[in-house]
Amino acid sequence: MPIISSLLAKLTGIILTILVIATINFVLVHSAPGDPALVIAGQSGDTDVKFIEQVRTEYGLDQPYLVQLGTYLGKVVRFDLGYSYRQRRAVSDLILDRLGPTLLLTLTAFFLSLIGGVFFGAFAGLRHGKWSDLAISLVSLLLYATPVFWLGLMLVLIFSVQLEWLPAFGYANIRAASYSTFGYAMDVARHLILPAVTLSAIYMAVYTRLMRSSLIEISHEDHVRTARAKGLTEGRILRGHMLRNAAVPVVTFAGLQAGALIGGAVVVETVFSWPGLGRLTFDAVTARDYPVLLGLFLVMSVMVIAVNLLTDLLHRLIDPRVGAH
Amino acid sequence: MKDIIRTFLRRPAGIVGLVLLGLVCLMAVVAPLVYPASPWEMTGIPFSRPGENGMLLGADTLGRDIASGIVHGARVSILIGLASTLTALCIGVLLGCISGYAGGAVDAVIVRFTEIFQTIPSFVLAILLVAILTPSIGTIILAIGLVSWPPLSRLTRAQVRTVAQREFVQAARCQGQSTLSVVVRHVLPNAISPIIVAGSLTVAAAILIEAGLSFMGLGDPNYMSWGYMIGSGRTVIRQAWWMSVFPGLAILLTVVAINLVGEALNDALNPRISRA
Repeated sequence: MPIISSLLAKLTGIILTILVIATINFVLVHSAPGDPALVIAGQSGDTDVKFIEQVRTEYGLDQPYLVQLGTYLGKVVRFDLGYSYRQRRAVSDLILDRLGPTLLLTLTAFFLSLIGGVFFGAFAGLRHGKWSDLAISLVSLLLYATPVFWLGLMLVLIFSVQLEWLPAFGYANIRAASYSTFGYAMDVARHLILPAVTLSAIYMAVYTRLMRSSLIEISHEDHVRTARAKGLTEGRILRGHMLRNAAVPVVTFAGLQAGALIGGAVVVETVFSWPGLGRLTFDAVTARDYPVLLGLFLVMSVMVIAVNLLTDLLHRLIDPRVGAH
Repeated sequence: MKDIIRTFLRRPAGIVGLVLLGLVCLMAVVAPLVYPASPWEMTGIPFSRPGENGMLLGADTLGRDIASGIVHGARVSILIGLASTLTALCIGVLLGCISGYAGGAVDAVIVRFTEIFQTIPSFVLAILLVAILTPSIGTIILAIGLVSWPPLSRLTRAQVRTVAQREFVQAARCQGQSTLSVVVRHVLPNAISPIIVAGSLTVAAAILIEAGLSFMGLGDPNYMSWGYMIGSGRTVIRQAWWMSVFPGLAILLTVVAINLVGEALNDALNPRISRA
């Protein structure tokens, strides 16, 4: 049963990864300067002695390290990510509240960058050496070197401040609650455009470069030459014999970029005040709310694992050889 | 060596990159001479536009000179870029060598470990590390180094594995040289060129991570950095575009320059692997 064994291997990998991440969290809390109980409590200014004592017993901070690690892992497994003393709420609740907007943003950006990258890369690859190829290559070289938060600010400057076409920040208008369902969705979509374009642009640049070189490579292969010799039109050769093959490395690479995409979401959400996990990260950094930061790191890592599984699935869809062995 | 330099110089993009990078480094070196005052000092009128009040690139919300910040920021970017790449190289090359040369169970464990680290969202881990260890040049370098090594380790492993199969390595082993000597004297020198290229690109990535960290308010409070400047100009972007535009351009040009140099290095050092 190759499918079951590969699934099992995958599952073990996922569990192992989550364990390692939780252990990193644990080590970090203990390597921080000062009392780990203060770190867990979020180093709030009005250090409440009673609360610190409560944290100490709850996390067993007077126990040996291994016992403490066990206690912590046990909490993680039950999705108990601690308590934000600053926001006076459970970290898991804070994160669940913000999960939706982040998923909307990152998944939109993920597919936008994949589709855009494959499209522009194929376009440039087919016009190998012509001016349009050079222009696309130059733009992707520049985008690849652009700090994503700065790109966001520049888009705000152009499309919100100068042209006044799109909203500069937020998730929906203040009056959006009174809109119809369709109106609300359109409003959110309008707010989504700039952050999603910002977040996807850099990855689009990477995928464009990858797609371009992969397509150029494939255009020299025997089966493409055969197709051309058979007298197929260029369009059919492209659709039937080249696009799929050329897109395989792009999808593989996109999976590897999932972690970077979520990291990018942190700064993009900060720029656009997008009410997701990234903005929560920024607020937690500003307030030095460590329990929230630790929880966010764990949840975002799990999101990366999920995106990896998604690209794995995509990979199987476009390249049947992957599932075969 | 001469051939390498000649191939490098044959690519105009490489020369452009080298010149740009040279300018940035020059800026970093002469910063205290051109702008002797601290870039944190409020030397002008807040919100001065570029060119106004004798400020070439304008002033920020507190009247600090943007041009001075950019020149001084180059020091931080270059320093952190190089030092954190060095940290990443130390970890990555060491692990990659052990894994590629030892093989077997050791290799399997290191590969698994590397894969896990590659899954972790590196920027988020860097944020967490710097926030908990408190922001300073040292912790920023450590954090960026700790999140940047996995690709270097994988590359080193692959390189070491191919080189270790070659006859001259086997000959050295048959002579009875110690493993350490074989790896350091025979394997690494022949495996290093793609690692150098990857390292140069890591510098560019590290500069971008540093910019992101200081944009989030996690920069060293004693050193002016480009990311910090963009972060502090962010809220007033409607009134004062220059506060964010110029530092961003500085980052963009520096990173483009390093990437161009890295690609030209790639063509010069690995003529067979380089793309047509």
